Amino acid sequence: MKIAKTRMLAFAAATALFGIGHAFADELSIMASGGAWQDAQRKAWFEPFSKETGAKILEQEYLGDLGKVKAMVDTGNVPIDLVTVETATVLQGCDAGILERLDYSKIGPRDKFIEGSALDCGVGLDAYGDILAYDPTVLKEAPTSVLDLFDTKKFPGKRAMRKFPAQNLEWALMADGVAPADVYKVLATPEGVDRAFKKLDTIKKDIVWWDAGAQPAQLLASKEVVMTTAWNGRIQNAIDTDKKPFKIVWNNQILEYDMIAIPKGAKNPELAYKYLAYISKPENNAKLASYITYGPVRTDAASFVAADALPKLPNAPDHLAGAYLVADTEFWGDYGEDLVKRFNAWLAQ
Amino acid sequence: MSALQPSELDRPALARGRPAAGADPGTASAALRRAEFGDRLRTLALAAPLLLLLALSFGIPIVLLLSRAVYDPTIADALPRTSVALADWNGQGPPADAAFIALAADLSENQAKGTAYELAKALNARLPGARSQVLKTVRQLEGAGGRPPLEIMKAVPFWSAPGTWPTIANGTRAITSFYLLSALDLRWNADGGIERVPPEQAIFLQVFLRTFFVAAAVTLATLLLGFPLAYLISSVPKGLAAILIVAVLLPFWTSILVRTAAWTVLLQKFGLVNDLLLWLGIASERLDLMYSRIGLIIAMTHIQLPFTLLPIYSVMRTIAPSQMKAAYSLGARPFTAFRRVYLPQVFPGIMAGCLLTFILCLGYYITPALIGGASDQLISNFIANYVNVELNWEMAAALSFILLVFTLALFGIFARILGLDRLKMV
Repeated sequence: MKIAKTRMLAFAAATALFGIGHAFADELSIMASGGAWQDAQRKAWFEPFSKETGAKILEQEYLGDLGKVKAMVDTGNVPIDLVTVETATVLQGCDAGILERLDYSKIGPRDKFIEGSALDCGVGLDAYGDILAYDPTVLKEAPTSVLDLFDTKKFPGKRAMRKFPAQNLEWALMADGVAPADVYKVLATPEGVDRAFKKLDTIKKDIVWWDAGAQPAQLLASKEVVMTTAWNGRIQNAIDTDKKPFKIVWNNQILEYDMIAIPKGAKNPELAYKYLAYISKPENNAKLASYITYGPVRTDAASFVAADALPKLPNAPDHLAGAYLVADTEFWGDYGEDLVKRFNAWLAQ
Repeated sequence: MSALQPSELDRPALARGRPAAGADPGTASAALRRAEFGDRLRTLALAAPLLLLLALSFGIPIVLLLSRAVYDPTIADALPRTSVALADWNGQGPPADAAFIALAADLSENQAKGTAYELAKALNARLPGARSQVLKTVRQLEGAGGRPPLEIMKAVPFWSAPGTWPTIANGTRAITSFYLLSALDLRWNADGGIERVPPEQAIFLQVFLRTFFVAAAVTLATLLLGFPLAYLISSVPKGLAAILIVAVLLPFWTSILVRTAAWTVLLQKFGLVNDLLLWLGIASERLDLMYSRIGLIIAMTHIQLPFTLLPIYSVMRTIAPSQMKAAYSLGARPFTAFRRVYLPQVFPGIMAGCLLTFILCLGYYITPALIGGASDQLISNFIANYVNVELNWEMAAALSFILLVFTLALFGIFARILGLDRLKMV
């Protein structure tokens, strides 16, 4: 009897220890959206952070949808500590109460981030450009602006665009003569939305739609389309590693930020903050650019960017010389759901 | 299943015969009822684990999820004072100042509890642009510095705009028809009646129709391909039939995702199918088979073929060839013999196969997403979008509910016309 009791106590102690040990283990679970971008983060941040702090990083992949995270938070079982997301998704997740509101005193001075890249529930990782890419071996005459998408006379053939209203509506308005600075003012009115869709109507039958970031390069490579909108790093990756002859058009690009956030109920928030502080240091923030052509979001990081990486970044001085637009996250937070519905209705017609 | 039916049918017939032979019909039939009751109890006991599992893993989650389509208490819970203040508002013009003050108090409380973001999102779903207005107002109320709340509320034009208060009043009712109406492209108008949404926002009816059209087209295609093939398999010698069956089953066992990916390789502009059509001279230029309705129907037909074919084959196998010979010997022409002897017997198999394929097609998701174009997305793609991307689970529940009702209604009509007992599954 006594033996049994002792054993039970030992068993209980062991399980308690195991439980505690598990909860405080130096393990950081990060959910990122895979591909060349996750590889770059591994080299620039995951591995050096592990080496410096001794924390183990568990990588998980997903497609950028918050549905899975919401299900985790709703059921109170959150096996991830950090999740990489788009800016609009940060606002959405903040509103829905599934992302933690961040304490910037644990991360770094908020005013040292480029405007719009340090939000209540998400902190910027990098800046990327929505650009136009084409294959010069197929297209004899080179497009000079993203807005050449809308010129089917000069550039006949199919073009690929992201199956999402954001960026496409902005470009449509710019192609219709709206100055970049006025785009969101016009788009907030019903007439402006009509105007953008009317412009998109003119090329609707020539468009192939893509969803995933890897698709534009595939569509260009299989010659399914003559030009495509894309995220600049994916195209650069195809040029550098797959030796594709593609070219990028920077003029009229739209700049956006990738973000990282802590889901509510994450098991290891302290370590998550430690990681956020680590990657937000200017010298570390600049490191990602050496592995994928996405620029830093810290204003004081530019001097740390490797010299050979700089000319390929979307926020390199040369690429901001022409017309460009910084995506307005607040606008898409407010009107996103409605415009997505209108866009889907338009697609179906 | 069909093997069980005769014995079940026979039993009452035997039972009817028995009382006549027995001395006391009353006791005998009572004993029989007891025996049958015991039988039924045993059957139920055997099926109980399955039924329980179905109820727990299937029934309850479905009911819980679907209840989201009509029950959304977010706004009602967040605005208790405003609900009271709006109780006797007639819906015309802006409400009394008391409502503004109540709303300000509710907003401040939400900010203190950390639920202001949730409220902002719920209002934004019904009134685009509300999100930033709520958050802006909440921040102003927080840093008011002695300014009366009423003044702050009146200073934000949004709170006096025509559409705002009807939307809030509507939202304070937790049981709502908002999502179900939206799923049918309908909405409440200002007078409290139901109207169609403007054509540039109408989307779901079209998508439902498209889903049924694609399902019907695929069903027809699988029938046209599957019927002759089933006939061939059932009429060739056993060894050859086994090989043919394996040829049908092998792709059947491959995952849908793999088969869909294979079709994207075949159907693309510089893919094998286009190469072949050009080489054969059937097409003079490369066709757009990918991201098109025709490509979608081809791929879905390939995936669904076994579901239609197998029930038809299982029925054909049981029909003796001598029946047709008997029909010929009695003077029927081949077509007449086929129509009056063969077809009626195969019919239940055809119906079972077609019903199976049709209902499965209604829920297709991966193939339209990968092969279909923007205007080939079926209702499941929209449901997935609301669940994963928009996080609007109420809307997803409403669309699922309508799809379920349509499917059950179709099934009901089908069962009514044909009789479920005539369906013969594999």
